[in-house]
Amino acid sequence: MTVTSLGIPRRLLEFTIDGESVRAPEGATILDACRSAGKDVPTLCQGDTLTPKNACRVCVVEVEGARTLVPACSRKAEAGMEVRTDTERARHSRKVVLELLASSVDLSTTPEVAGWLKEYEAKPDRFGPDAARVDEQPRIDNDLYVRDYDKCILCYKCVDACGDQWQNTFAISVVGRGFDARIAVEHDGPLTDSACVYCGNCIEVCPTGALSFKSEFDMRAAGTWDESAQTETTTVCAYCGVGCNLTLHVQDNEIVKVTSPHDNPVTHGNLCIKGRFGYQHVQNRD
Amino acid sequence: MDLHFGDSKPTDEERAAIDTLLGPPESSWEGADRSDADLRWARGGRAARERRDLLLPGLHAVHDRIGWISEGALDYLCRRLTVPPAEAYGVATFYAMFSVKPRPATVLHVCTDLACAAAGASELCAGVEARLGPGSGVSVERGPCLGLCERAPAALAIKAGDPVRTAVSAPATVERAVLAASSPDSAPEEPAAALAVPQAGDPALMLLGRVGVVDPASLDDYRAHGGYTALRQAFAIGPAGVIREVTDAGLVGRGGAAFPTGRKWQATASQPDHPHYLVCNADESEPGTFKDRVVMEGDPYSLVEAMTIAAYAVGAHKGYLYLRGEYPRALHRMEHAIGQARARGLLGDDILGQGYAFDIEIRRGAGAYICGEETALFNSIEGYRGEPRSKPPFPVEKGLFGRPTAENNVETLVNVLPILTMGAPAYAAIGTGASTGPKLFCVSGSVDRPGIYELPFGATLGELLDLAGVRDGLRAVLLGGAAGGFVRPDELDIPLTFEGTRAAGTTLGSGVVLAFDDTVPLPRLLLRIAEFFRDESCGQCVPCRVGTVRQEEALHRIVERTGADAAADITLLREVGRAMKDASICGLGQTAWNAVESAIDRLGAYE
Repeated sequence: MTVTSLGIPRRLLEFTIDGESVRAPEGATILDACRSAGKDVPTLCQGDTLTPKNACRVCVVEVEGARTLVPACSRKAEAGMEVRTDTERARHSRKVVLELLASSVDLSTTPEVAGWLKEYEAKPDRFGPDAARVDEQPRIDNDLYVRDYDKCILCYKCVDACGDQWQNTFAISVVGRGFDARIAVEHDGPLTDSACVYCGNCIEVCPTGALSFKSEFDMRAAGTWDESAQTETTTVCAYCGVGCNLTLHVQDNEIVKVTSPHDNPVTHGNLCIKGRFGYQHVQNRD
Repeated sequence: MDLHFGDSKPTDEERAAIDTLLGPPESSWEGADRSDADLRWARGGRAARERRDLLLPGLHAVHDRIGWISEGALDYLCRRLTVPPAEAYGVATFYAMFSVKPRPATVLHVCTDLACAAAGASELCAGVEARLGPGSGVSVERGPCLGLCERAPAALAIKAGDPVRTAVSAPATVERAVLAASSPDSAPEEPAAALAVPQAGDPALMLLGRVGVVDPASLDDYRAHGGYTALRQAFAIGPAGVIREVTDAGLVGRGGAAFPTGRKWQATASQPDHPHYLVCNADESEPGTFKDRVVMEGDPYSLVEAMTIAAYAVGAHKGYLYLRGEYPRALHRMEHAIGQARARGLLGDDILGQGYAFDIEIRRGAGAYICGEETALFNSIEGYRGEPRSKPPFPVEKGLFGRPTAENNVETLVNVLPILTMGAPAYAAIGTGASTGPKLFCVSGSVDRPGIYELPFGATLGELLDLAGVRDGLRAVLLGGAAGGFVRPDELDIPLTFEGTRAAGTTLGSGVVLAFDDTVPLPRLLLRIAEFFRDESCGQCVPCRVGTVRQEEALHRIVERTGADAAADITLLREVGRAMKDASICGLGQTAWNAVESAIDRLGAYE
C-alpha cells in the first residue's frame, strides 16, 4: 500500500492582507497567503522548487510595524500581521526595481515583465543613454546550452539549483561583487572546463531566459522561435528506471527543448543530461 | 560532493603557504601524491566539509606569500578543504584585497576616501602613480578608508613574502609612500596609538584611560592598571549577574545600530541550542571610523578581557575576533595579547581557576565593508561570500554556523569593563537617560587635533569640535560616516546622543565626526560617497546593486550643476534613494542614500 505522508497537522495563522482577513498554515510565506487569497504579487527570483533567496526585491510588501518593506516570498506569515500589498510605498519600490533591472539587463525574454513595467509605469529610459549596463556577450562554449548573461538578473536560482538545493555539482557561483558580480564557473573559464554535468537544471529554473537550450538560442537568433506554434507533451524518460517526467516542446515536428514538471513529487523539475538533452534519437529519421 | 579540479598545479611556494596553515596533506584526496593506500579509503563527507571556514584564512595564506591567487593555488586549497573550486573562486573575487590575476608582490593601497580626499589624496595618488608606474614592482590601488583618518592622507603598503611585510605611511607624502612601498622594512615606525588620542593620560578617561599609559604588549602592565578586575567581578556575580548589570547600565551597541546589549546577551544566553558563539566585530570600515583600531592598538588586553566576560555571560566557549584586513598593527597587537593571555591561563580551559573555558580566534577580513554587517560577517567567517542573510532568523537564534551568537562591536565590549568595575548605577548615571556611558568619537577633517575623543553622552557637537580645534571656514559636518548624514555649521548645538541626533533628523552612527571646509567642493564629496557604496555593494539585491550605480551616475552628471539644471537628477536620486532605503536587504543599501539626501536637504547642495 502506498502511504502519502501528510505531515503533522499545521496550525492556521490568522492575519490580514489588504484589510481582508486570511488564514494560512504555519510556515507559509506571505506570498503563499497572497496567492491563495488571489492577490497578485510580482516575483522574479522566487522559484517554486527552491528556497527563496529574496534577491530581486520585486515582491516587497508593507507589513505594519516593519521599518522597511519585506519580501513576500521569504517572510513567514505571523498571526496578527497586517500586510498591505498595494500601497504607494510598495508600488514605488517595485517600480524602481523594475526600472533598475530593465535599464541594466535585457529582459526581452523574461515572461510577464513587460506587463509589470506597464502596470507600475516604469520608465527604464530615464536613467539616460549612458546608464551602465551589464553588457555581456552570449557564451557559446558547448553544443547543449548557452549562457547569455546580458539577460541575467542575478537571482541566484541557477547557483542554488546547481549547488546544495538540487544537483550538488557546484559548478557555478556568483563571482565578483556589486554591479560587477556575475555567474561564472571557477576561474571564469568555459563550461567545458568546469564541473558542469549538463543536467540543465539551471535552465529549468532560470526566470529570464539567460540560460537557454542551444536549439532555442539558435532559433531565436534566426527568428524562427515561435512559442505559439509549439506543443508541449509530457512523457516518461526512457533512459533508465527512475521514470522522470519529461515535457517535450515541439515545433514543426522537432523537439526544440525539454523541461520537466515542477510538481513531480520525485524529481521536482530536475533531470540529468540524458533526459534533458538526449532526445536526438527521437528525431533521427535516417 | 564530487569535486572537479582542473590541471593547474600549485607552485612549491603556494603549496608551502597552504601547508603551513593546514599542515601537510594526509592523502591524495587532499592533494598529496597518490599512493596505493589512497585507493583503499576515501576522505570526504561532513568531516571534510566542516573545515570550510578555513577557506578565508587559506586565501590569506596564499595572498600573503605570493601576492595573488593563481588557479593552481586555489585548486590546491579547494582539494585540501573539500570546497568546490567555483565557490572558492566566488569567495576569492568577493574581496577587494585579493587578486586572482597576477600582480606585483607589493601593493600600495592609497586611501581616497573623505578625510584623505580633503587632505590632498588626489595629488598624493597622482604623484605616487607617476613614481610607481609599470615595472616598478608596485601596484598602486586607490581604495576606500584605511581607518587612519587622524593622519590623513594615508597609504598602506603590503609586500607579499614570508613573512608578509606591511608599512603604513600617514600622513603620507609622495616620498614617504614610495619609500614604504619599495622597502617596507626600512619605513619609519608608525607613531604610537596614543597619538591618536589627544586626551591621552587624562585620568577621567574610562575607555581610553590605558591608551598611551600602559605598554600594549605587557599583560602585567595591563593588570597593574586595573586589568582583569572586571572579569573577577563577572565570575563573582555569575553570567546572569553580568547580563543584569549590562542591562541595568543601559549599554547599547556602539557599532551604529544602538541595539541594547543586555537584551542581545539575554536572548543569546537563553537559547537552548548549543554551542553558543561570541563574535567581536572589529571590521570597522565606515569611512572616518578608527576608534576600534586605536583601542586594539593601544589597549589590546581590554578587548580580550571584555570578550571573555561577554562569552561568559552568553555561555559561549569560543569567540571570533573578525578584524579588518587593513589593520596590520591591530592584528599583531591582538595576536600577541591573545597569545599572552592564553599562556597565562586567562584564556583556555580553566580561566582564573574558575572552570570556565574560552578561547579567541582571530579572523582577518580582506577588504569588504559589507562584512561589518553582522550576518555577512558570519558568512565571511564560514568561508562563504560575505553577503548578508535575510533576517529573521536573527543572530541570537541562528548566527555563526547556524548557532546562537552574540555579536558586538569592539567599543561596545570594552564598555562592559567599567560597567562591572563601577557598577551599573554609577555607569548609568553618566550621559543622558537614554544614552548612558561614555562614547568614543572619531574626529577628523578640518580640525587641528584630529583623533579619538571620549566624552560622556550628551556633549554637544560644538563642544566636541571645540575640543578638537575646529578650523575656520567650517562648511559641513558629516556625522556617522558614509552611512550617516551631514549637518550644517549652525547646528553645532546638537547633543551627541542617540535620541538627540535622532530628534535632529540625523544619526550618531559609529561616532564619526568629519569636519569639512571648502577645500573639496561638496558635490565631489558626495560623489566619493556614492562611489564608495557602488564599490562596496555586495550585489545580492537589485535596489542596492543597481541603485548605487544609478546614484553615482546621477551625482556624476550634476557634479558641476546647480538649480534647475540639477533638478531632474535630484528627483531621480530621491526616487532611487527611497527604493534603496525601503527595499534593500541590509543596512548598506538602506543607508546608501542617507548622506546624499542630507546634503541636498540640509546643506542645500546643488542650489
